[in-house]
Amino acid sequence: MLALALAITGAQVMLGLAMMCAAYRMTAGPRAQDRVLGLDTFFTNSMLLLITFGIQTGRTLYFESALTIALLGFVGTVALSKFLMRGEVIE
Amino acid sequence: MIQAPDLPLWWSLIVGLLVLAGAGMTLVGSVGLLRLHTFFDRVHAPTLGSSLGAVLIVLASIVCFSVLRTRLSIHEVLIVLLITCTTPVAFMLLARSALYRARAERSAKTSETTDAEPSDLPPGSGDSDLAR
Repeated sequence: MLALALAITGAQVMLGLAMMCAAYRMTAGPRAQDRVLGLDTFFTNSMLLLITFGIQTGRTLYFESALTIALLGFVGTVALSKFLMRGEVIE
Repeated sequence: MIQAPDLPLWWSLIVGLLVLAGAGMTLVGSVGLLRLHTFFDRVHAPTLGSSLGAVLIVLASIVCFSVLRTRLSIHEVLIVLLITCTTPVAFMLLARSALYRARAERSAKTSETTDAEPSDLPPGSGDSDLAR
């Protein structure tokens, strides 16, 4: 089972690199919409990383946290893009 | 941290390949987010990770848990449904707000020729005025 362990660990390293790219775009993006895009990508990558943790340990606890993170990422992106459009979230 | 579930050989190969392909797709999408030049190019790139990367990794999770428990476990399909429904909506709202802001800036300073992404403007200055 060493091959599967190495594959899952390699996938986690690749997802960590993807999260670093998204974090760079979130901190150093030239405009505000680039930062929001980086935040949404960061949420998606962290959700995929949690699913790979769930495969690695064989527990279903990570599935529920991944679902919660996906939902929170959508709500955060919609609220931030509404704020960029109108200047306020709730009208 | 090197740890893996106890699967038979062929199923472990399938799960490993699916996980590696999904993570590679997500990494390609995030590198595209890092390296493309304008915002409207960049908004295409992370959808690679949130469509094909999510589908492949969730498929690996479905195969792994179905083989481990010797029954069909497809509750991960919920994540794919949520992601494929919410990502286009969120990115379309974001692209429309970016287009609105670019048009507002272009109409605000018509005297000089501006790009869609003025890099000399610091991102904190005047954004609250342009957003309204």
